Order: sequence, then C-alpha cells, then structure tokens
Amino acid sequence: MDISTQTTDAPPPTPEPDVARLKSNSRGATRPGDRIFLGLSRGSGILLLVVMAAIAVFLTYRASLAISKDHGNFLTTFEWNTNLTPPSFGIAVLAFGTIVSSIIAMALAVPVAVAIALFLTHYAPRKLSGPIAYVIDLLAAVPSIVYGLWGALILVPHMQGLYGWLNDYLGWTGIFSWDGGAPRAMLTVGILLAIMILPIITNVSREVFRQVPRMHEEAALALGATRWEVVRMAVLPFGRSGVISASMLGLGRALGETMAVATVLSPSYDIQASLLDPGGGTFAQNIASKFGEATEQGRDALIASGLVLFVITLLVNGAARAIIARRKEYSGANA
Amino acid sequence: MAKRIDVSGLTAYYGSHKAIEDISMTVEPRSVTAFIGPSGCGKSTFLRTLNRMHEVTPGGRVEGKVLLDDEDLYGTGVDPVSVRREVGMVFQRPNPFPTMSIFENVAAGLRLNGSYKKSELSDIVEKSLKGANLWNEVKDRLNKPGSGLSGGQQQRLCIARAIAVEPKVLLMDEPCSALDPISTLAIEDLIGELKERFTIVIVTHNMQQAARVSDRTAFFNLSAVGQPGRLIEIDDTERIFSNPSVQATEDYISGRFG
Amino acid sequence: MSTAAVTDKRPSTLRAASLPKWSPWAIAGGSIVLAIAIGLAGGLTKVQWGLIAAVLFILGTYGIAARVEGRRQAKDRVATSLVWVAFLIAVVPLVSLVWVTISRGVKVLNLYFLTHSMGVVADSEPGGGIYHAIIGSLEQVGLATLIGAPIGVMTAIYLVEYGRGRLASAVTFFVDVMTGIPSIVAGLFILSLMLIFKMQPFGFAGSLALAILMMPVVVRSTEEMLKLVPNELREASLALGVPKWRTILKVVLPTSIGGITTGIMLAIARIAGETAPVLLLVFGNPFINNNPFEGAQASLPLYIYQQYSQSAGANAAYDRAWAASLTLIAFVMILNLVARGIARWKAPKTGR
Repeated sequence: MDISTQTTDAPPPTPEPDVARLKSNSRGATRPGDRIFLGLSRGSGILLLVVMAAIAVFLTYRASLAISKDHGNFLTTFEWNTNLTPPSFGIAVLAFGTIVSSIIAMALAVPVAVAIALFLTHYAPRKLSGPIAYVIDLLAAVPSIVYGLWGALILVPHMQGLYGWLNDYLGWTGIFSWDGGAPRAMLTVGILLAIMILPIITNVSREVFRQVPRMHEEAALALGATRWEVVRMAVLPFGRSGVISASMLGLGRALGETMAVATVLSPSYDIQASLLDPGGGTFAQNIASKFGEATEQGRDALIASGLVLFVITLLVNGAARAIIARRKEYSGANA
Repeated sequence: MAKRIDVSGLTAYYGSHKAIEDISMTVEPRSVTAFIGPSGCGKSTFLRTLNRMHEVTPGGRVEGKVLLDDEDLYGTGVDPVSVRREVGMVFQRPNPFPTMSIFENVAAGLRLNGSYKKSELSDIVEKSLKGANLWNEVKDRLNKPGSGLSGGQQQRLCIARAIAVEPKVLLMDEPCSALDPISTLAIEDLIGELKERFTIVIVTHNMQQAARVSDRTAFFNLSAVGQPGRLIEIDDTERIFSNPSVQATEDYISGRFG
Repeated sequence: MSTAAVTDKRPSTLRAASLPKWSPWAIAGGSIVLAIAIGLAGGLTKVQWGLIAAVLFILGTYGIAARVEGRRQAKDRVATSLVWVAFLIAVVPLVSLVWVTISRGVKVLNLYFLTHSMGVVADSEPGGGIYHAIIGSLEQVGLATLIGAPIGVMTAIYLVEYGRGRLASAVTFFVDVMTGIPSIVAGLFILSLMLIFKMQPFGFAGSLALAILMMPVVVRSTEEMLKLVPNELREASLALGVPKWRTILKVVLPTSIGGITTGIMLAIARIAGETAPVLLLVFGNPFINNNPFEGAQASLPLYIYQQYSQSAGANAAYDRAWAASLTLIAFVMILNLVARGIARWKAPKTGR
C-alpha cells in the first residue's frame, strides 16, 4: 500500500525546514526525550526477542531433563508412564493423533471455507453478504472451550447416525469401521476442529478474494467467461497464496488446539486403525489431561512433548511462508 | 466476419441514476468509430452496454435495443456470456491475468470454449500475437508472466487475447490513456490494421487520436453535472473535425470547454 | 430464395437455450422431497436427509443444466449450487452452537449465579455460581493486558517509526513466529520457569502466559494502523521542528488511536477465552481468591472445562457450564462489538 498517496489534506510542509535539525531528528537519539523514547520502543522489540529465546531455551532445558531419564524411545515408544522408575514414554501416538485430526480438519474446512468466501464475495446477494461476513467474523472469536463444550454435549450424540452409516458402507476399508461405542473418536475431533477453524479460514480468504482487482474479473468476463470461469481464471489464481496462508493459520490452530480435543476425545495411549474407534490422543490434549496427576518428572515429559508440538507448528508456518514466497513471481502485486 | 451495430433508444442506469439517455446510432462493419466527449458524459458507459458489461456493475441496467446484425443483445433468452464472445473488449488499463504466462493469457479465451490440440492452440496464439504486432517482441518468452511486459506491450497482449477468440466487434475503452506516446502510436497503427477484420469502437479523451484513427466520430455531452449523457452527433470524422453541424461539438473540439 | 429466409433459419449465436429463473428452486425443492422420501423409507436421521438432499441437488442441477444448456453452463450452475450448499452446511453447526449456548445458558444464568462462588457446592449439585471465576478472569486478563499491550504497541512503534536494519527484521520475523505459538506451549514455558523456581500455581503466572499470546497480536494490528498514518503528517510535524518522539506521541498516535484500541480489545477478547495455559498455571479454585499473586485462582474458561470434565455427567454442572459459556461469549462479543464500533467511529478520515 502506498501510504504517501493516501491523504492530501495534510498541511504543506513549511517552505524552509531547519534541515540540520530535521536530519538529526530522523536519526533519533539526539535529545533526551528522543533517546528515552527510542530506548523504550527498541527495548520492547528486544524484550520480545528475549521472550522467544527464553521459550526455546527453557522448554529445551526441561525437555532434555525428561528425555535423559526416559527409558523408552522418546520418538517411538507407545506408552506414557512418567511416574515409573525409570519412566518410559514416547510421542508416537500423540504425533499420529495430532496429524490425523488436523488432516481431517483441513480436508473438511478448507474447501468449505473457500466456497463460503466465494459465496460471500461473488455469489451471495449484496444485502446478505455484509451481515453474514460480520457474523462469521464474530464466530471466529468464540473461545475454543465453548466449541469444546458444544462438541462434547451436542455434536457427539449427533455423530451416531453418521458413524453407523460410514460403518455400513465404508466399514470394509478398516478406516471407517465402528464397534458401536460412543463416537468420541478422531473423526469427531477432526469435524469439530474443522468447524472451529472454518470462520478463521473463511475470513482471511474472503479478504483475499475481495482484493482481486476488478479489472482482472472484467477481462475474463469480456472474453465471454461464465461466473464460474471468472472465478477459475481470475479469482482463484490471484487468491491462491492468500488461501494457502489462511489455511496454514487454520492448521496452526488445529494442531495446537487443546480444549476442543480434550472435551470430545475419549483418549487412550494407542493408535486406532479406524477413525471411528475412540482412542489415541494429540499433543495438546495429552498435556491437558495428564497434567493434573503428573509429578515434576511427568511435567517435564509433558514439556518435552510440548516442545515437539512447538517445532511442528514452526515447520508448518515456515512451509507456508516458503510456498507464498515461491509464488511471488506470479502474484498480482506488480500488476 | 465483422458485424454492424444498430443502437436505438438506449438508456442506461446506475441504480436510480440515469447515466445515458436515449442514444441511437449505427456503427458500420469494418470501420473505426470513435466516441469523444467531456469526462462523465457516459461514453464509457455506453461502450460497456455494447457487450453487456454494464450490467456487471452493481445496480447497472439498460433499456432500449442494441442490434448486432439484426439480433438484439438485450432480447429475451440472450446469454450475456455469448454476447461477450462476439463483442470483445480492451480496457483502459492493461489487465493481463497476472497469474498466467503470455501464452496462457492469449489462450485464455480459447480454453473456455472446447478443447484445442496443443498445435492448434500454438497456431492461434502465434497468429493473434502477430495480429497484435507483439509476436517479435515476446516469441522467446511465451512462458514468462504477462505482467513482466511494459505497459504498451501488456496492452497489445490484451488486444491479442481479445482477438484470439475471433470476435465480430472490438470495443476499446481509452486503450492508450495509460501509455506513453510511442506505445500509443503502436496501438494506433494496430487499430488501423485491425479494422480490416473487425468492427472497432474506441472511446478516447484525445481528440487528435480520434482524428487519426477513426472513420466516424460520435460526440457525447451532458447538459449539466448529474444529468444523463446524450449523443450530440455522429458523422464522418473529417466532417466532425472540420465542419460539425452542432455548435457544442465545435466548441468542444476547438477546446472551448471540456 | 431470399437471403432473409436463410438468415432466419441460421441458428442464433447469441441466444442459448437456458433454464428459467426459478429452476434452481425447483431442483432444490425436488431434491428435498426426494431426500425426505428416501430418508423415511430407510429410517435415516435428519442430518442424513440433509446430506442426501444436497447431493441430489448438485447432481440434479448438473444433469438438467447439461442437457438443456450445455456443459459450460452446467459447470457454472454446479459451482453456484456447490457454493450455496457449502454455505448452508457450514451454517448448521455454527447456528446450532450459538443457539444451544443461548438457550441452555439462560437456564441458570441470573444475578445469584453471577455473584456467588462454587465454595461449598459439590460439582454434581445445583447452585453455586461464577463470581470467583469472573474475578479470576478479570484479574488475569487485566494483568496480561497491562504487560502485553504496552510492549506490543511500543514494539510496533519501533518497527514502523524507527525500524530499519537487522534488529527490526529479526523482530518482524519473530513476531510472525510468535503468532503461531499454540497457547498450551506458552503455558508450558511459564510452567518450566515455575518448576525451576519451585512455585505453586497462582493467577499472575497465567497472566504472563496470556501476555505472551497477546503481544504478537497487538504488534501486528498496531503496525497496520501506524502504517495507515500518512507520511505527510509526520513530515509536516517534523518540519515544524517538533522532536520525533513528540511527533509520534502528539501526531502519529492520536491519529491511529482508534485502530490501536480496536486491536488491543480484539486481542483481549482472544486471550479471555484461553483455557489451556490457565489450566496449567492457575489450576482452578472453587473459592474466591482475590489475590492474583498468591494461590490458585479460577477463570471463566477453566470453570467451563472443569464443570464439564469433573462432574461425571451431572446435569446441574452442565447447566452451569452452559451459563458460564454464555457469560464468556457475551463478554467476548461485547468486546468485539465495541472494538468494531470504535474502529468505525475513529476511522482515520483519509482526505478526499
């Protein structure tokens, strides 16, 4: 955005500014006031860096304490017995559950969110789209614990029918077989996470689609494109990197979500082949559920698993950034 | 293949605001017709009613008839999408698709309709780029993004994209207003060549340009700000610029207002 | 043979067979009726009816449109109906969420509920309230804001007004990284400090974790707002010989204060709903504890979680959880609405 062209009503600069003073001012740090102010603001920035470094250092330190005592293999052990001597725990189950639930959530949420964003920007009547966008904006602010409560008390009972149906028709795949237990399994978790991240992805995608320059859409229309073809030719390509970063934002939320998973999932420390059988766990959920009874050793182990979660979210964010950077050449920014 | 346009009693609105009122004219095939007039007189709006782009603007609607070789663009059952395939358009600012390569930009309209073999597609793209006098400049970088070209080249790319689908009419909405004089000259030369194949309508702010490129010129004006624009007169370009029949036209072209 | 007769017979290139305007509604109606019939015959649930209706609608649209209008139009129509169906499918759970929270929440939500703690009330019994949780939430969130908001705003000022060079780009980068920190990881970070210093749970520990979550959000939104302040304003002030720090305080900040406030309020709304760090660091407490610096405290989101998870399915506890949810949502929504109101009211009046 070009700031300099935004306003014309600023008072014109005085014809002969004191050039020497203006220069020294723009470098800051000549008067006491400037020095203090620069110090405070730069200090805040540095403090932020210190906090980030401290997070990495202290998590790593406590995690290393735990892992050094771990009798099992931290990456592959299928149990979480931190109160034994020697303790034996590993994150394989958590990594599996976290990734599976997030994949389900993304697979459901991203297409629907993109469709809703298109609906709001290109399909809905204008009178409808404004208020709906506003409401979706507000829904993005609903605390995750409320989604968790709703998921556990409303969504879970309503999943019975879907589970039975999936079992009847797709049970033979193994992934969708169901033994009739309470539907507090990975599929429900994934669906709930999808519902949670839907408003976030929708909001960001909508903003992106709204910024598609009208002239690109008109170019497509003038070639004789239908509305869908306009979307395919002009809107989606232009918005692709924005949608990717929106999705990554949602993925970050899904990976680290604690309460919505903790309330809905009926955890067990193993991997279920079927998405419909209760069991498994995620990093965040495991921390929340095991924390209450954990000794200091147990807490260190949980910190170690949290560190892994942290690294995974960092990788996801990095990947998103890389994808967006690579698409720069074709972005509409220079058009 | 160029077609004649016959407009009668055309009025266009933005919501409740009447932008142009009761316009009738005939545009001959294989000729260049220029629309001139002061800002806000509705000449661009009128241009956009000729391929039903006006109704894309929220609140935009049209009354009256636009016949394309005896067929009313606004008749019942007429599909605006088909209209825009027959009547191509080039916009004020060059607008190649930023996410597509030069090749893909030219092929964009073709891909919408049916499938072409790779070789057919290449032939049409080459022919269109040659038709737009751009081929020699881009033949080595067809796979580079179109947004990397200069403004004048981008505009010729947009013209190539528009003529690739073989429209009957080509509308140009101030195609040179964002370009430097040399690029403008290139486009004007191109217009002279394209009129052998298409019916061309061009909106321009630049009266010298209208005089240079057009066969006939239409002068639009509005009686006051907020009033709808009207067609004052349309005649052979030579006559308009030498001896117009209406005083307002003479005032405008001699620079007395506007 | 006149040419007129020939041109009349020539198929029009502009006119295409097209479905009447009401056809989507007709197809939708047909799909719903058919789905209900299938549902009744097969004894399926309402959700399944809905899904079947949606599938029938899309297939029907494609089939009919492809036959009458051709493939391109059919694709266009299918895209349109898919987009509508996606919207409707998404609306169902979100509406349900809001509706259930309100309808169940109002059951026990009254003045008594807002002014009493859970003190001596067993989780499975009716009675009790959320006074202690509200106190805890207000104190923890308030302290977090006192820490997070100034640091966030000052960092943003540094980035926009002074920031050039390595430090600034490092800060920008790590603010981005920080935005992605899961809330439970922020909680674990403070927990690791507490383990080192052998501390017991207390409210301020939660505030620190919440402040970490809040800072990057405030930095981002403040940065955006400061960037909107036109450079001419700064130059005009500097050219009058006003020192830079006073230019920022007297010209830049007042111009953007509306947007900055909005950003801070939205950040508060976000951390007010955080449960995970509070669970680890503040622990929860059924009694009223007014001191955030000593002893376990409650907080609203944590209260909801504990009412749900520790009550073994007692209806009284669920009712309290819904009522607390409604209170929390109301708080968050009011913050959001006020913030947006401020944003609209104080929007920088860019000149025209």
